[in-house]
Amino acid sequence: MEAPAVASPYSKDLLLTMYRKMYLIRRFEERAGQQYTLGKIAGFCHLYIGQEAVAVGPIEAIRKEDYMLSAYRDHGQPLARGSDAGMVMAELFGRGTGYSKGKGGSMHIFDIEHQFYGGYGIVGGQIPLAAGMAFASRYRNEDRVTVCYFGDAAANQGALHETFNMASKWKLPVIYICENNRYGMGTAISRTSAVPEIYKRAAAYDMRGEPVDGMDVLKMYEAVKDAAAWCRAGKGPVLLEANTYRFRGHSMADPATYRSKQEVEEERKGDPIPKLRDYAIKNGLGADADFERIEEEVKAQVDAAVKFADESPEPSLEELWRDTIVEPGEPDVRPRERVLGTKVTNWPSYPSGQELKVTWDLEPREQAELADKKAGLTR
Amino acid sequence: MPELMYREALNQALAEEMERDANVFLIGEEVGRYNGAFKVSQGLLDKFGSARIIDAPISELGFGGMSVGAAMVGLRPVVEMMTWNFAILAMDQIVNNAAKLRHMSGGQLRCPIVFRGPGGAGGRLSSQHSQALESNYAHFPGLKVIAPATPADAKGMLKAAIRDENPVIMFEGERLYALKGEVPEGEHVVPLGKADVKREGTDVTVITWSRMYYFCMQAAEELAKEGISVEVLDLRTLRPLDEEAILASVRKTNRAVIVEEGWALAGIGASVVDIIQSKAFDELDAPVERVTGLDVNMSYAANLENATQPDAPKIIAAVKKVLYRQGA
Amino acid sequence: MATPIQMPSLSPTMTEGKIVKWLKKVGDKVTSGEALAELETDKSNLEIEAYDDGTLAEIVVGENQSAPVGSPIAYLTPKGGKAAAAPTPAAAPKPVEAAAPKPPAPAAQATSAASAPVASGGRRVRASPLAKKIAKDRGLDIAQVQGSGPSGRVVKRDIEEALARGVKAPAAAPSAPVARKAPTAATVARPEARSEPLSSMRKVIAQRMTEVKPGVPHFYLTLEVEMDAAVKVREEAKAMELKVSVNDLIVKAVAMAVRRYPKINVSLQGDQVVHHGSVDVGIAVALEQGLITPVIRDADTKGLQAISTEVRELAERARKRALKPEEYTGGSITVSNLGMYGIDQFVAIINPPQASILAVGAVADKVVARDGQMVIRKMMTATLSCDHRIIDGAIGAEFLRELRGLLEHPTRLLF
Repeated sequence: MEAPAVASPYSKDLLLTMYRKMYLIRRFEERAGQQYTLGKIAGFCHLYIGQEAVAVGPIEAIRKEDYMLSAYRDHGQPLARGSDAGMVMAELFGRGTGYSKGKGGSMHIFDIEHQFYGGYGIVGGQIPLAAGMAFASRYRNEDRVTVCYFGDAAANQGALHETFNMASKWKLPVIYICENNRYGMGTAISRTSAVPEIYKRAAAYDMRGEPVDGMDVLKMYEAVKDAAAWCRAGKGPVLLEANTYRFRGHSMADPATYRSKQEVEEERKGDPIPKLRDYAIKNGLGADADFERIEEEVKAQVDAAVKFADESPEPSLEELWRDTIVEPGEPDVRPRERVLGTKVTNWPSYPSGQELKVTWDLEPREQAELADKKAGLTR
Repeated sequence: MPELMYREALNQALAEEMERDANVFLIGEEVGRYNGAFKVSQGLLDKFGSARIIDAPISELGFGGMSVGAAMVGLRPVVEMMTWNFAILAMDQIVNNAAKLRHMSGGQLRCPIVFRGPGGAGGRLSSQHSQALESNYAHFPGLKVIAPATPADAKGMLKAAIRDENPVIMFEGERLYALKGEVPEGEHVVPLGKADVKREGTDVTVITWSRMYYFCMQAAEELAKEGISVEVLDLRTLRPLDEEAILASVRKTNRAVIVEEGWALAGIGASVVDIIQSKAFDELDAPVERVTGLDVNMSYAANLENATQPDAPKIIAAVKKVLYRQGA
Repeated sequence: MATPIQMPSLSPTMTEGKIVKWLKKVGDKVTSGEALAELETDKSNLEIEAYDDGTLAEIVVGENQSAPVGSPIAYLTPKGGKAAAAPTPAAAPKPVEAAAPKPPAPAAQATSAASAPVASGGRRVRASPLAKKIAKDRGLDIAQVQGSGPSGRVVKRDIEEALARGVKAPAAAPSAPVARKAPTAATVARPEARSEPLSSMRKVIAQRMTEVKPGVPHFYLTLEVEMDAAVKVREEAKAMELKVSVNDLIVKAVAMAVRRYPKINVSLQGDQVVHHGSVDVGIAVALEQGLITPVIRDADTKGLQAISTEVRELAERARKRALKPEEYTGGSITVSNLGMYGIDQFVAIINPPQASILAVGAVADKVVARDGQMVIRKMMTATLSCDHRIIDGAIGAEFLRELRGLLEHPTRLLF
């Protein structure tokens, strides 16, 4: 990244915030990997190392009340949205103090307070959900967008094509971010896709689609800022293909033998974290001392998170029988209130069925009648 | 009490609930301008507009999943599957998302959604279109599964399903839609999870649901002529099963026959038998009999189609068998 | 602690048994009711069942070896118990060779073996859970109820019928094993036997007779029966394509005669005279290795056709040595027919605890005097042996005369 001729349009505060978040994800994931090898974390554990910019740029570009959801590589986004690192780590540890009481684990982080609607374990399964959430926003005439992450391999799932068709047809305010880290587990995307450039698929649905440098947090930020405005203007969904790279294997169990050490070394040179730091320093928007302070604080935060998780109890056996069926009158669980006793103020709330007025005309009658007329039909 | 067709009862329930709660919307293939493949949604588009009565593309997985997403953030979708055979395409969304959201989120999310459509054999439609698939869904914790037989139950249970805070799978029937019955007007809500003794009897309990109910009633009439008193228990809800009602009836009659349109292996009847044998073993005077669809794919030819399905004579034979009567 | 499996007493006369084959080997898991070994008794080949769950720890009596009733033949390690070693072979009674009978097992052991459901000659009662529950609640012995369900399953309606008829709760087990009544499928309607003490006169008679003729003191009565009418019955049956033999007719006639002269239907047990309630007629069946007497239960109530079918079926299974003990024990009287061997006349030995046996010879054309004329008639000689301790000559004679009347005028069997 070259220093721009003109002054940077970004505030120091924004850059340091993004740096702090990326660095938190990096440290958190490194410690998660370490804890996995110690047997504290089990099952599948997909690390986000290398892809931090893809989470952090968009999150800074959207509003607090905008919805977000992801696939199973899902530790990064909630951390960047403000989730409690200790409670995320506790979920990874399978402890009762985790966001999902230890019932979901690494693949299913949910933090509704921070509008993070979950990690999903079936490839592409979250793509229709995101359209539905965006549908609800339009239905209620809210000024809200939904950001949905999915991996490159999910682009070949039918769910994506079915959803893109509807999202575009109904102009739903949803931003799809494909995290193209080039491998669907161990298979290079180019080996299984006729068109490996995922963004091109948007064209088939008359939908806006663009590639973005996923190793540059500012490019991600800009792309999503623009996409969100587009959505809020009622122009329909956007597909962004974030070209990125994971420095670690697909999951903790993956030795990553399908790619060369050389390739990984080469990609590490494009590490988004030092890239942002260099940019800030060159633009006079941060000093070494600032970054060192952030790094120290984050290290302490992650140490505390591991300690919190490690010292947390396992969920009680009574939990087995909770959270499968909602009993009449049963409220939703607010995790930080439940675990930390913190008063949660920004829990989503919606108008009741009596208050709500639906004004959206999804398929205006005139439009439909015009189509009929063209076809020579009278109804 | 007015007499309505099953489809009219459903239409009434939808209209009343949509009137009552603006968060309720209906989505599915042909539900809008076509007025419904089986005319369940007749007239609703005109009444509620295109954002609440939505003609979906033929993308069961897509609009099924989209509706789950809408339910996650406060709407109450009713998803019409043109038939449950097509909903197999949406099974990932129903099973992996709708049924598990509450659990995966540790109680943060709920998914109040109704998936509804006809199940079972339609009539001369061959194997892909003639399947009773309710046992598939009844298998999953996190779902409720209902299969009303009568127009009154259809209305009352759809209203209850729309108001329920959980994903509800509703099996209707192509051959039920035109059946008529008395339906209470207005606020008629039938609680989910409650079976209904549709005919009282003392000699044997016949347990059933959905369309098979009518064959059971027919068999009961026939058997009454021979002095055999049949109690017909309509389960109505298949998950959760109304154990109490099943056991109460079997304790009374000491014999049970379970009639199920679907296949025997891993069928709902198998679970009912399990409840009976484990909780009312000492009350049984005969092994529980099951009358199910034959373990084959449904054929188009009329005679093969008829032979594949349970009917009154098969039920009568099973009843006589558990009563140790001749002719069984 | 390994529990011994004892040689069961599978028939009243059994003193020892020979293991034909072990169906389980050491180390096999065994569940209650499962067959362990095939056993040859003096009468039949039977299976030994396990009464407990566990593992077969040791086999003491090998195949083709015999052991007295009550002696251990194997050891079972109970379920969940430690696989403790069985007692050393020295501690266990040595198996005996078939030819060397041992004195009867100690009473305690015999009782424990006999108290098990199968050893007592009972059958596993098939009954619906509900039928069992009602029977238990109402104190009804379900073994006394005939099942009308599949495979004879006792179902609710059978219990209700039995209750309506007043079938009683099981009586306390009688002390003398011979008095134990083998329940059979037909026991429901069967009148109960009753016992009464020997009168002092009979006591003296019994004592005297035994002094003169030790064991069961027999006396014999013989008469000739004109069998023309009886043979005609057989021919009429044949014309109707029914298989009825002269012997079947004799069995039926004997049963009817016993019914009419119940004084012949007695057994002596200790100093008690047991008056049998039902009429059960044994038939002697010759086997290659010997003789067995399967019993037609309630022969007085059964039709000729039913008797015929049952006789053939029992004889067939007797030859295969497949009879169950309850099928060849008990009984009021036995019919032994050597007619097919051309024997004119013989005397038979009583089969205790029965008190009489009828020996019949061949039916043959003979010249007899009728109304002063010599005519040819089909004649048969019948000889009744009676236990003189409880039956006197006059009773035997009356019975025999009634029998002759029934055979000579078979239509009387209808009344």
